[in-house]
Amino acid sequence: MKPAFSVIFLTTLIGVGQGLFLALYTQQSYALFGLLPLQDDAFYAYGSMLALLFLIGGLASSFLHLGHPERAWRTATQWRTSWLSREVIALPAFMGVVFVYGMTNLLDFRPVLVILRGGIPVDLSIVSGGLGTLLAFVLFVCTAMIYGCLRFLREWHSPLTVINFVLLGTASGFVLAAFYATFFATNYSPTQAGFFADWAFIITLLGLFGRSASLWRNARLRPTSTVQTAIGIKHPNIVQKSQGAMGGSFNTREFFHGKSPAFLRAIKPAFLVLAFAIPLLLLFAAHSHPAAWLLGTAFVLQYTGLLAERWYFFAEANHPQNLYYQTIG
Amino acid sequence: MTQLALVIDLNVCVGCHACVTSCKEWNTSGSAGPLCDENPYGADPTGTFFNRVQTFEVGQYPNTETVHFPKSCLHCEDPPCVPVCPTGASYKRKEDGIVLVDYDKCIGCKYCSWACPYGARELDEKQQVMKKCTLCVDRIYDTTLPERDRKPSCVLACPTSARLFGDVHDEESVVSKAIRESAGYALMPEWGTHPANHYLPRRKTSLKIHVDELERVDNPLKVDGKLPKPQKSDPTLDDVTSW
Repeated sequence: MKPAFSVIFLTTLIGVGQGLFLALYTQQSYALFGLLPLQDDAFYAYGSMLALLFLIGGLASSFLHLGHPERAWRTATQWRTSWLSREVIALPAFMGVVFVYGMTNLLDFRPVLVILRGGIPVDLSIVSGGLGTLLAFVLFVCTAMIYGCLRFLREWHSPLTVINFVLLGTASGFVLAAFYATFFATNYSPTQAGFFADWAFIITLLGLFGRSASLWRNARLRPTSTVQTAIGIKHPNIVQKSQGAMGGSFNTREFFHGKSPAFLRAIKPAFLVLAFAIPLLLLFAAHSHPAAWLLGTAFVLQYTGLLAERWYFFAEANHPQNLYYQTIG
Repeated sequence: MTQLALVIDLNVCVGCHACVTSCKEWNTSGSAGPLCDENPYGADPTGTFFNRVQTFEVGQYPNTETVHFPKSCLHCEDPPCVPVCPTGASYKRKEDGIVLVDYDKCIGCKYCSWACPYGARELDEKQQVMKKCTLCVDRIYDTTLPERDRKPSCVLACPTSARLFGDVHDEESVVSKAIRESAGYALMPEWGTHPANHYLPRRKTSLKIHVDELERVDNPLKVDGKLPKPQKSDPTLDDVTSW
């Protein structure tokens, strides 16, 4: 498939936004039960606004993918059958909840709704954050299933697609959360960067396992469709002599990445190093010394690596329609 | 229930592209707007087509066969492109099974083209909406046309009648009979899309003659010798038989 940069930025940017929100709420949940010190309201407020910025960036990028963005409102109508439609509903819903969550903290509007056994107060911030967490995962599933549900794109049609979208998005969000937390160290409240960095390390490591598993799987796929089933002639030697048009067509542009095999081979180790190896080393170092430059570098490198990872995700998917477009003529 | 479809006879198709040009002519002139071309006379021409004729060579020299392969939307009975459409612009008509795109609802996200294993959908780069074969839906029901012209453009244009048009759910239709009697098959059956369009395979007319059929068993010229003569003592009615 041809990797569209609008979609690459959409999926990676909202992944960071979702991950950052999940990171903030994870810390808040720990703090709710007294396992970590609760941060200032501003920490959660500005953090969720930062997540919202990434989500808005992703949403804006998605519009660039459309031929008729002015009709985009129609995309919310087919949620019964289309994962794309479900994503279009889940993304603004999640953004709305992140906004509410940010506002409850920013305006300090936190009416207590329930009191748990043991006297732990559950306020509006906790409830909206819980709803946001649910929606973050719904959004991850919707985004990944857009690709995972296409059964003849066999590189994508696997539970690993969903697992990797969740892990990679969450990992980049936690790295950003660690970087963000370094700016909120005060005398009476120690920085939470170490907490985020440790989780980021774990999730990045899981992401490396998940992505390696899908690379391993995809390298061993055998095509279900062949030129024999494509034209229905049983013969081992079938060669295309003409594709019906001497110039290119939509079919020759949309379904091939347009880069050399050498480029494709080079991008794989590049994203494995950028998105996983270097960030893991930096996060390991940040465990004992959570410095802003360390975590900032980790985030920038990992995000760059994830852009390459997403590019490769699209490029490695081999569409069966390419069987009909092997020779110009 | 009706399911209109084409049946394409690969045994007859000569690869003349008449179906391609007549399809383009009809569908670029309709009320739905043109099928846009870019640089039609330039160095890198490209354009939107509903129908393409491709050519494949089967076998290795000198035992090769050239197969011309017309390819358009197969109007699948279980079309994977329809449920993925986020706006409902892609739909399958209940009354006749034609898969259509509502150009006024399409947002040009290209997701349906990803979901079609056959590459039957092409984005119109100028209008930025997805286009595909309509089975000439604006023609086959047009009562101002004489009855014999109410067929898809490609079917009427084919000089060798390689393209048949009809209802594949009607067992007595010309297409159903062709599929049944001439071994019609569907493309990429492995994906369970149940294409309505079918293809008829190449057919070789051959006569199987067994060795023993090369000579007549009762050939009188091959009778060896004559019948044994009866004994003189045998009673006879004539010269050859005896009692």
